[in-house]
Amino acid sequence: MFELIGIPPQALFGQLLLGLINGSFYALLSLGLAVIFGMLNVINFAHGALYMLGAFVAWFLLQYLGLGYWWALVLSPVAVGAVGIVIEKTMLQRLYKLDHLYGLLFTFGLALILEGIFKHFYGVSGQSYTTPDLFKGGTNLGFMFLPYYRGWVVVLSIAVCAATWYAIEKTRLGSYLRAATENPRLVQSFGINVPVMITLTYGFGVALAGLAGVMAAPIYSVNPLMGSNLIIVVFAVVVIGGMGSIFGAVVSGYLLGLLEGLTKVFMPEAANIVVFVIMVVVLLLRPAGLFGRER
Amino acid sequence: MADAAMQMAPAAETRLQIAGLDAYYGESHVLHGVDIEVRRGEVVALLGRNGAGKTSTLRSIMGLVGRRTGSIRFDGSETANLQPHRIARLGLGYVPEERGIFASLNVQENLMLPPMIKAGGMSVADIFALFPNLKERLYSPGTKLSGGEQQMLAIGRILRTGADFILLDEPTEGLAPVIVQQIGQAVRRLKEGGLTMILVEQSIHFVSTIADRFYVMEDGHVVDHLTAAELAADRERLVTYLGV
Repeated sequence: MFELIGIPPQALFGQLLLGLINGSFYALLSLGLAVIFGMLNVINFAHGALYMLGAFVAWFLLQYLGLGYWWALVLSPVAVGAVGIVIEKTMLQRLYKLDHLYGLLFTFGLALILEGIFKHFYGVSGQSYTTPDLFKGGTNLGFMFLPYYRGWVVVLSIAVCAATWYAIEKTRLGSYLRAATENPRLVQSFGINVPVMITLTYGFGVALAGLAGVMAAPIYSVNPLMGSNLIIVVFAVVVIGGMGSIFGAVVSGYLLGLLEGLTKVFMPEAANIVVFVIMVVVLLLRPAGLFGRER
Repeated sequence: MADAAMQMAPAAETRLQIAGLDAYYGESHVLHGVDIEVRRGEVVALLGRNGAGKTSTLRSIMGLVGRRTGSIRFDGSETANLQPHRIARLGLGYVPEERGIFASLNVQENLMLPPMIKAGGMSVADIFALFPNLKERLYSPGTKLSGGEQQMLAIGRILRTGADFILLDEPTEGLAPVIVQQIGQAVRRLKEGGLTMILVEQSIHFVSTIADRFYVMEDGHVVDHLTAAELAADRERLVTYLGV
């Protein structure tokens, strides 16, 4: 078969697929962060920990209740969303009047506590979570081998991101959200219960993280540190895409995942830093991010 | 003037009764013991210079200031401790000075954004009849409209909700004379339709033809109160306050 500048296609496409998988998680997580930031003006540092919680809930469901992947795919985001609602209602809500920095510090502390608790009880070696039967195995596409589960992750992630984008940009509920992002007080003076909207938005944003956690469980092991490993890259993705831009968060998630994959092929030693190099360049040239609006 | 005298008759029921209202933004004390009464079907104007407390009064009614004390009774119930969305649901519609058109929503989305709060709101067709410009720009982003069109949109979207007590903050500010006329006609038609309104204005010329009564504000106090008949008889009295 064909070869590109001395790179076997199996390696190239293999890395691109890996990049696309990583990109799928970047996109789901940065989407949730962007939705939360738009509405709450809070940079949710607990996002990675809640993603980890989503994976652990899936593992608990299997371990203690015998409920498998498909149940987890529904129940785990609901559980994480409910945790988010409790966090927002009882704690985060009290910080809106203060500087944004307090929201960031609070969620950062929350992340450390959550991770600490799980580390204490489960260690850092990780629990394995089996791939659902439906997606065991894979297929040879000729130029590469595609494990079915990874294909599913990419498809599901794109579907969820597209549905969220549609709901925000094209529906009536979404117009409330967009309007409240711009001017929450005015929207409230129209008779809309904005405080409840804010609570539900946070719940929804972290439910997306929980969903990503379930999807990640069969690929990466279920590990208390899985969130903090990922979230730093995701913050870079959000900065590159532009804070608060839904479309920017999703698109830059996939693109940066792919770019990381490509870098692994052509310059493996730079793969771990390429996203951050781009972040620095974007911050210098377009501080609001590629798709962001200047505030 | 005969009409105004009719609406002044003591029989008209009080809809809004503000008594001893003080309001604060953080450390600054912006309203001092404000008393205002508005009866059903009236158009009441708040006049005064910039910073006199007119906008703060409207924002206090809607619950949008930092802190307020005193009493604001609307249709008999106390609203001084309610959240803005609860106050709006009583039938109040607020058109802010800065118009508050959302940039990330198109004209149609802006128009449909405020939920219905009472029966008897205008249909979208009626709103387009009142403000034909809006119909042609339905899918433009809200903030791409001209200032006058944005004002029409800000008024139109409140009329859809069925709110029957409207707070209009400087609806003619910065608009061309021909647009001011159009807005004036619209406000008059709403008054004829039985809506109660508080109109904040700097231009006496605009409100003197519409309002039934006038409160004059200075430094967060209500300093004078005139009926339309009193204003017609003694225009000089206002001129001293407004310095025009």
